[in-house]
Amino acid sequence: MQRIGDAPRVRRLLVFLALAFSALFLLLPLVAIFAQAFTQGVGVFWANVSNEYTVAAIGLTLFIALLTIPVCLVFGVALAWLVTRFNFPGRRILQTLIDIPFAVSPVVAGLIYLLLYGRTGWLGSWLDGYDIQLMFAWPGILMVTIFVTCPFVARELIPLMQAQGSREEEAAVTLGAPGWTVFRRVTLPNIRWALLYGVILTNARAVGEFGAVSVVSGAIRGQTNTLPLHLEQLYQDYNTVGAFASASLLAFIALLTLVAKASLEWRAARREVHA
Amino acid sequence: MSIRLQNIAKHFGTSRALEPVNLDIRDGELIGLLGPSGSGKTTLLRIIAGLEAADREPAGRILFGDRDVTNLHVRDRRIGFVFQHYALFRHMTVFDNVAFGLTVMPRKSRPTSGEIRARVHRLLEMVKLEQLANRYPAQLSGGQQQRVSLARALALRPEVLLLDEPFGALDAKVRQELRRWLRHLHDELNFTSVFVTHDQEEALELSDRVVVMSNGRIEQIDTPDTLYRAPTNRFVFEFLGDVNHLEGSVRDGVLTCGDARLAVDLADGAEELLLRPHEVELREAATPNAHMPVTVTAISPVGAEVRVELEADWLGEPWLATVRHADYERLGLTRGMRLFAVPRRWHRFPDELSTTKPKELESA
Repeated sequence: MQRIGDAPRVRRLLVFLALAFSALFLLLPLVAIFAQAFTQGVGVFWANVSNEYTVAAIGLTLFIALLTIPVCLVFGVALAWLVTRFNFPGRRILQTLIDIPFAVSPVVAGLIYLLLYGRTGWLGSWLDGYDIQLMFAWPGILMVTIFVTCPFVARELIPLMQAQGSREEEAAVTLGAPGWTVFRRVTLPNIRWALLYGVILTNARAVGEFGAVSVVSGAIRGQTNTLPLHLEQLYQDYNTVGAFASASLLAFIALLTLVAKASLEWRAARREVHA
Repeated sequence: MSIRLQNIAKHFGTSRALEPVNLDIRDGELIGLLGPSGSGKTTLLRIIAGLEAADREPAGRILFGDRDVTNLHVRDRRIGFVFQHYALFRHMTVFDNVAFGLTVMPRKSRPTSGEIRARVHRLLEMVKLEQLANRYPAQLSGGQQQRVSLARALALRPEVLLLDEPFGALDAKVRQELRRWLRHLHDELNFTSVFVTHDQEEALELSDRVVVMSNGRIEQIDTPDTLYRAPTNRFVFEFLGDVNHLEGSVRDGVLTCGDARLAVDLADGAEELLLRPHEVELREAATPNAHMPVTVTAISPVGAEVRVELEADWLGEPWLATVRHADYERLGLTRGMRLFAVPRRWHRFPDELSTTKPKELESA
């Protein structure tokens, strides 16, 4: 008797299609990026990477990611906690609102922020009176990056916390544990892998975000240029090697992210076997 | 420690989970809250624990001994709570689970780590799980997990132990064993226990007194013995065991239902009588007082008795009778055999006939 999906010809065909597709659309471009970056040798690559503006762009990108992650972490945990542990009017609406950044095109998000916080914007003009400028400076970049990345952590946590329920926390409270202890010793250990996963996704998006950032950054070389924006500029300037050198840096960060994600999943799977 | 509930009610949104309830539990009692799902028994237990807040209007009170705990937070009520699905901390070992309550005490009153270790080992010994101290909950069977959760709840030496369907998820044999063991523990450590169950056998076997609930109301509070023999209303009677119904009309002291006749000492009119399975006797011939022909449709020898299912034209729903093995052999019971049922005694709750079965009344 054959099991479903056991027909050898069909199986071989499907495997071939999957592999061919992955190679053509995923692996080949990745290889091409690195190949392009090194076409004129390591020296030229290094010269491009260590270029003053590239270094500034790398610095700004990492700086933004570093600020974004803690904000998203706290926001995501608080939101997931609120949505899964309490019942209040508007809970469903809140759960839908979380998804807005996913649903809205990043460029639109950037434009909205520009409209609100730009010098002539509703809030921006008021802030301008106090000589505070958010747009075309790093605070603006940070704001839109937080906007596009804020759902990741919450989205990872909500289904998990829903499935786990609040019984363990209730048990901890009946045993006399104060609120913070319950969170630290019961809630946090149960969600730590999902939390880390959420952070990895947040980081990947924060580093790679182009659309929203390009609207609000002003793209001033050495000042408000993030790595993706810098890459775009180099490409427009016909500096192909430079563009691909920056691209390879971004690809490298992406690969690191993937490795981190895979090892987390591997560890989680191993824990499940052991537990 | 005694527990006193005064006028405790609970609404979830607009739906009422508990009508204002009064309940007095004596020091050292083992009380079973028994009822079908949705009867409010778990809500009542969680209100006693402080995991749920009672309605503010009407204002009720909860007293532990002389202490008014109505507005006291769960963590300050000093109760032990055992959850239906154990709720063990899945990332902690058995040892750490049991030690949790001790390790989260304020630094000033917390025992030293040596004392904690000694106490946890004593508790694990008590629940016969010393060998498994370093295991994780997922590596234990259901019965073992429930014992860990009991040890965890007892670690702080609570004077009140609350259990929410503690044996509901376990198989019959383990359940029996744990029940006996809980009874033993209760008598030895002398705390006051309240447990929730939907299993009438469990409630009757384990409790000093049983609180029968339905639709957010307390129907009856009594010892198992009184409860079974003298139920105050039809709900309690029906919930505590299998029930056979006999509906018919009485005329001149004889109840007639199809071709069945039974001499009764009742006034003329429509009647519904209720019988427990052990109150139905099976005979080869009718008696002067009872002529009730039945056919045996199923026989299952379960434990000490034989359960016999009976059908007849005059019966709406099949009857269930339990007979002793000796009678089973004497009568030579087989499927399809025609016999006569003779009620040894019967019950009736005439006042509630109209409220519980309005439809049958109209057609009768």
